[in-house]
Amino acid sequence: MKRFLLPLAAFAVLVVFLAIGLTHDPREVPSPLIGKPAPAFTLPQLHDASKNFSVADMKGQVWLLNVWASWCVSCREEHPLLVEFAKTHAVPVIGLDYKDQVADAKQWLEKLGNPYTQIAVDSDGRVGIDYGVYGVPETYVIDKQGIIRMKHTGPITPASLAQKILPLVKDLSQ
Amino acid sequence: MKRWLVCLFIVLAARMAFAAEAPLLAADETVEKRLVAISEELRCLVCQNESLAGSRADLANDLRREIRKMIAEGKTDQEILDFMVARYGDFVLYRPPVKPTTWLLWGGPFLLMGGGLITLIWLLRRRRQLVATSGLSDEQRTLAASLLDKTDQ
Repeated sequence: MKRFLLPLAAFAVLVVFLAIGLTHDPREVPSPLIGKPAPAFTLPQLHDASKNFSVADMKGQVWLLNVWASWCVSCREEHPLLVEFAKTHAVPVIGLDYKDQVADAKQWLEKLGNPYTQIAVDSDGRVGIDYGVYGVPETYVIDKQGIIRMKHTGPITPASLAQKILPLVKDLSQ
Repeated sequence: MKRWLVCLFIVLAARMAFAAEAPLLAADETVEKRLVAISEELRCLVCQNESLAGSRADLANDLRREIRKMIAEGKTDQEILDFMVARYGDFVLYRPPVKPTTWLLWGGPFLLMGGGLITLIWLLRRRRQLVATSGLSDEQRTLAASLLDKTDQ
């Protein structure tokens, strides 16, 4: 009996490690941009290409940058939640329309609602690269000094909004 | 005769077209070679088991375009890798740097091998001790000798 104890213990340790591994999302890559200034950009706005949106305009406010596209399926999934969130007027939500067609993006927002305070158009994805975007949707929390404090990859869920994003926003707004 | 002339013309024209293309290809080749060399060291973040060189993902195309641009601007390989790491973190490197957060990653295999070797040596020593201590008593020895004698006859 005793001779089975050691392999059994080793197996138990292995199972614990594998179980912990299963709870990790391999798509969740830690962003090196956290704690760093949000990369500056100036891009035309979706609804009025003659006007620009610039990161510098947001100085002094806590804001969310939500990277989305009309072709992105997961964006559709998180969209109702964003629309609900926008109604609370907690913080400005800036949209970054990533590698999208302007007409498609406009149509998408008309149909599903527009939660964004302003939308910048990143048609060639160059700004997305500066933000380390690799899977839309992605959401950044940026503080009053323009520092990125959090990045959420993938669709925002009610849980991640309530447990991670909102407490941080509340903290930063004080 | 006329047909021959036409043939000659076509062959010459083809050669000229080829000649015009050749220098362009050669100029691009060094850039493309460097692009492949750099992007083979980088992970595609969309399909994480593929390198940036092999991936057909949209983002990989964009990143290769950026790298091509940086090569044209005369940036060094290290500058290009730094550009990628600044945006996507050490995870994009297939050979991550040795630093406190990656010590376990680099040292882990050696730790495991060391643990295995120590266990093996311990087991071998114990076995040798078992063999050494399990000698026969005098009584058993004489019995064994007499049995052997019998079989020899």
